[in-house]
Amino acid sequence: MDVTFLLNGESVELRDVSPTVTLLDWLREDRGLTGTKEGCNEGDCGACTVMVTDARGARGLNACILFLPQLDGCAVRTVEGISGPDGTFHPVQDAMVTHHGSQCGFCTPGFVVQMAVAHRNGDHAHDDALAGNLCRCTGYAPIIRAAEAAADAPVPDWMMEPQVQGPDPISLDDLAADYLARPDATLIAGATDVGLWVTKSLVALDDVIFLNRCPDLQDIAITDDTVRFGAGVTMDRVMEIMADRHPSYAEMIRRYGSAQVRAAATIGGNIANGSPIGDNPPALIALGAVLHLRRGDETRDLPLEDFFVDYGKQDRHPGELVTGVSIPVQQDRLRVYKLSKRFDQDISAVCGAFNLRIEDGTVAAARIAFGGMAGVPKRATSVEADLIGARWTEDTVRAVMDRLEADFTPLSDMRASAEYRLKTAQNMLLRVWNEDQGIASNVLEVSA
Amino acid sequence: MSVQKPLPHDAARLHVTGAARYVDDIPTPRGTLHLAFGQSSIAAGRITAIDLEAVRAAAGVVGVWEAKDLPSECDCSPSAHDEPMLSGATIHYLGQPVFLVAATSHLAARKAARLAQITYAERDAILTIEDALAADARFEDGPRIWEKGDPGEAIDTAPHQVSGVIEMGGQEHFYLEGQSAMALPQEGGDMVVQSSTQHPTEIQHKVAHALNIPMHAVRVETRRMGGGFGGKESQGNALAIACAVVAAATGKPAKMRYDRDDDFMITGKRHDFRIAYRVGFDAAGKVTGVEFEQYTRCGWAQDLSIPVADRAMLHADNAYHLPHVRIESHRLRTNTQSATAFRGFGGPQGMLGIERVMDHIAHDLGLDPVEVRRANYYASHVEGGQPPAPAAPPRGILETETTDADLASRGSTGLVEETGAQPAAAVQTTPYGQVVEDFELDALTDRLLASANYGARRAEVAAWNAEHPVLKKGIAFSPVKFGISFTLTHLNQAGALVHVYQDGSIHMNHGGTEMGQGLFQKVAQVAADRFGVPLEMVKITATDTGKVPNTSATAASSGSDLNGMAVKAACDTIRDRMANHLAALHQTDRDKVRFADGHVTVGEERYSFAQVAQMAYEARVSLSATGFYRTPKLSWDRIKGHGRPFFYFAYGAAVSEVVVDTLTGEYRILRTDLLHDAGASLNPALDIGQVEGGFVQGAGWLTTEELVWDDSGRLRTHAPSTYKIPACSDRPGVFNVDLWDGRNREDTIYRSKAVGEPPFMLGMSVFLALSDAIASCGTAYPALDAPATPERVLAAIDRVRDGV
Repeated sequence: MDVTFLLNGESVELRDVSPTVTLLDWLREDRGLTGTKEGCNEGDCGACTVMVTDARGARGLNACILFLPQLDGCAVRTVEGISGPDGTFHPVQDAMVTHHGSQCGFCTPGFVVQMAVAHRNGDHAHDDALAGNLCRCTGYAPIIRAAEAAADAPVPDWMMEPQVQGPDPISLDDLAADYLARPDATLIAGATDVGLWVTKSLVALDDVIFLNRCPDLQDIAITDDTVRFGAGVTMDRVMEIMADRHPSYAEMIRRYGSAQVRAAATIGGNIANGSPIGDNPPALIALGAVLHLRRGDETRDLPLEDFFVDYGKQDRHPGELVTGVSIPVQQDRLRVYKLSKRFDQDISAVCGAFNLRIEDGTVAAARIAFGGMAGVPKRATSVEADLIGARWTEDTVRAVMDRLEADFTPLSDMRASAEYRLKTAQNMLLRVWNEDQGIASNVLEVSA
Repeated sequence: MSVQKPLPHDAARLHVTGAARYVDDIPTPRGTLHLAFGQSSIAAGRITAIDLEAVRAAAGVVGVWEAKDLPSECDCSPSAHDEPMLSGATIHYLGQPVFLVAATSHLAARKAARLAQITYAERDAILTIEDALAADARFEDGPRIWEKGDPGEAIDTAPHQVSGVIEMGGQEHFYLEGQSAMALPQEGGDMVVQSSTQHPTEIQHKVAHALNIPMHAVRVETRRMGGGFGGKESQGNALAIACAVVAAATGKPAKMRYDRDDDFMITGKRHDFRIAYRVGFDAAGKVTGVEFEQYTRCGWAQDLSIPVADRAMLHADNAYHLPHVRIESHRLRTNTQSATAFRGFGGPQGMLGIERVMDHIAHDLGLDPVEVRRANYYASHVEGGQPPAPAAPPRGILETETTDADLASRGSTGLVEETGAQPAAAVQTTPYGQVVEDFELDALTDRLLASANYGARRAEVAAWNAEHPVLKKGIAFSPVKFGISFTLTHLNQAGALVHVYQDGSIHMNHGGTEMGQGLFQKVAQVAADRFGVPLEMVKITATDTGKVPNTSATAASSGSDLNGMAVKAACDTIRDRMANHLAALHQTDRDKVRFADGHVTVGEERYSFAQVAQMAYEARVSLSATGFYRTPKLSWDRIKGHGRPFFYFAYGAAVSEVVVDTLTGEYRILRTDLLHDAGASLNPALDIGQVEGGFVQGAGWLTTEELVWDDSGRLRTHAPSTYKIPACSDRPGVFNVDLWDGRNREDTIYRSKAVGEPPFMLGMSVFLALSDAIASCGTAYPALDAPATPERVLAAIDRVRDGV
């Protein structure tokens, strides 16, 4: 596979690269650029953060789970390119020195790059921007002080990459035909999941299809009736669109992955991998989303909940790919509760999504779905049935909480016990009621 | 004066540009081999058959070694010689290295290492405290017991008693830079090793031992680590030995670094503990007697577990005078990773035991926990009274003599010093008989409670809770008193090597290692101050066993205390020689020669420092010197549990406020105020960095950082995707950190205090605040265990509500 990109402003042309060589390994081992560090090799620590610019703009990505073909036609800037060509420090570099933002220094290059990306984009939500950068020494306070100190400095001109043209595009028609012809190929979108097959499971992926080349999959189509996301839309864009329409969903997306992960992960990937703990499906199911699939020239749609057949098994045929997902436009009633040991960048023990319509004090409609409670993302059908038509009262809520046991038999694992999962899933129903009554329920909204 | 200035870390500009070089960043010579371990997939049993053909045949593989192929046992232990680098037939834990692969790339070695066909005969693994007690699987041949006074009687006759148990989990270091090492073979069989280690001398010793060559044939260099936290005191041995063995066998450089998951699976972590307690106290909450039973899972090998468990006992008092006390310590052998050093080295665990007791007493009496704590504080100064009771005779077990002791390691237990004289004056002593002479916490507590507005906020929290049915706030104060010195007394020594060149530039070297704590900068500030020159004149250089020999680990918070003093001694030797020369030249006294502002003045004459260096050189005055320091006043008998193990104590205190969701157990830290005693700080900016960072790491230990092993002994939380250290937004919403304006009462380097470990324990305030919030849900005592994950918090809320 041939790949062309800009690296710190210089053109790089690679011929016949193995498709699953990560940018991190290539930078460190082939290019000798050792400023970018390997901390975890799975996209969770941010020590390998690089800036990638394409037509959409600049974003930080984890180089450890980024395959070289994903960079085709992009501009890449590593920590070595964050200082100016003459060695002038970037404002965040100056601030990190002045504010004692580094101790052991190993996470620092990743922080500096991610801070420089946020600075370039005028993003002042520092905690969010840096949620995917782990530091074990400083306790973060001096790093945030540095980010604040640098926030208003002008963006150095070298941070603005020249126009890049992106990879050679492929139409959805051609992509579908290609996949039908080689149905055993692995589809790679953001590689936030597949990347780990390579770096951790050490799987050799010889036959791969990179979806970043297909602009049709990047489309967001909004009509009066539906919001349709192409499968290749990254989660940062989904979050943007959902922020006004369904803020609770957008807030969950903010927490489910770091900025680096959101900028790479796609909504199609999060659905298609069929994980029982993927956080998007419960929210999408509660919203009544419809999944779009295509096999060659054949297309079909199905309610998202029907896609998840069993643990590890989805209703997707060989050679068939997920092309998008549509959400019916509706008044926002959605509540999404993500429960994990850590708030940011953690996999849910339980993720519950609640979409209740109350009319004249009675539950007129209810769509409730959970992740982490079964082998698939799943609706709480017994609870829904009991709720619909019932008076919307605390007694009703407390009564249906017990019905959750009819819908789910969760498992115990390192994230949580079965008992805790069931109990908190029940309590989430109570939280819906409490919030409806105006009772403060969100620890993130409390200050000292 | 360059000391006491808040200068940035010496490598800050290298950090932010990516130019700071770690072991894996060092350019490798052509032909360098890359290594990986093949690991066991069972926790306990024997290998009955092993087939490595597929490993040998894998792409890029150059060599494969089993235990039988090694030049020696390649012992990796810092203590009991019980850690062969490769397992041989017997498997002690899941993840244990069984064989070693050398290949042409890191990835090729990792891939090959997974291709082995190994057949095992499994036996039941000893995984839990119960398993180990049932099997009597332990290090040392029984519990270690220290006793002072008559605690049983004191408890039984006290007006009030409570008892309970607290479980506290271990902690993965999660240094951002994983373990790594590289060996470069030299002529004549010598070996140069680059290692990410806190203990280059230990690496040198173990490599020499493995290759059966003298220590002089091995040189170890460490410029910096990407974090250590205790995890690189002994855990780097295996990688360095593996590299040296392969380099010696092949004649090629060899490099090894653990992938993050391998690092989790292979290396040791903080010891988890269970502490059972029984305490008697009066109506004011003052303790009359207390008994602790400490149980810790040490894992499969002894490593540093004995001194870790000792330090847990040594901090069972924290800041409180315990007139009658019994501490029983069980060091249990389990089929898990060998637990090892981690910031605080057992101190945090022991301390959490007594903080739980204070919290429990306050709850039982319905008192403000601060008042109970203050009622039990050591006296700042006591006049008159009775001399302390002599120590109880040794109980429990006898010390087992170790032969061929690894003298430079804290794991060495073979040496016992006789205890010094009993304290003559009437003073309060610790459970181990040390007089507390420097107690700072009365005034420090006053200042912190005032700046944190504790009293008013405690009332506000109660009012807030009355209005909020679902969310509950909690607030708590916790103090720290932490003993400074290696408890293995002879490790309290350090060396330095300083050169002054003809141009006046200064080359500084010492035995301490840099892991981010800013040691190199602090010591360079000392050197610059001794010569009265700008800091830029002092070159900081990599730790090198060829420059300063027989060093102790950079551990026990001792780095600045020991190496600062050693460098000072070396600098003063050279400075005195220069001064003598100038004094003779000007026919005056040496004390008329002053070094300041980059100049040297003698009476009316003023020279640049560089001029004086050149003059001294031309006068054939030696401009190179070693320096040496040994900590005074120490005397410790760990068998009796009596003496003065610590030169002094470092103090600090914290107030934290949290909010808890009673439906899920989720919580946030809303505000934390820290006040910490770094003595007369050598560099307040670096010290505040240690306090802030230590606090967050300590809070992480007690909240989100959960190690989970399954029933087969497999660690299920082996990567940052499943093991959650604090992220950026987990730091307190309001975070006020300040240093106590103190001076060390002991004669330490510029009267500063050690600051590496003590602030870690300030994180306990978060745990106690969670307990406070939970307690507001009902009447029963929360008895919260650690880590207080949302699940444990919710379980405690349910207990409190049920009134159990």
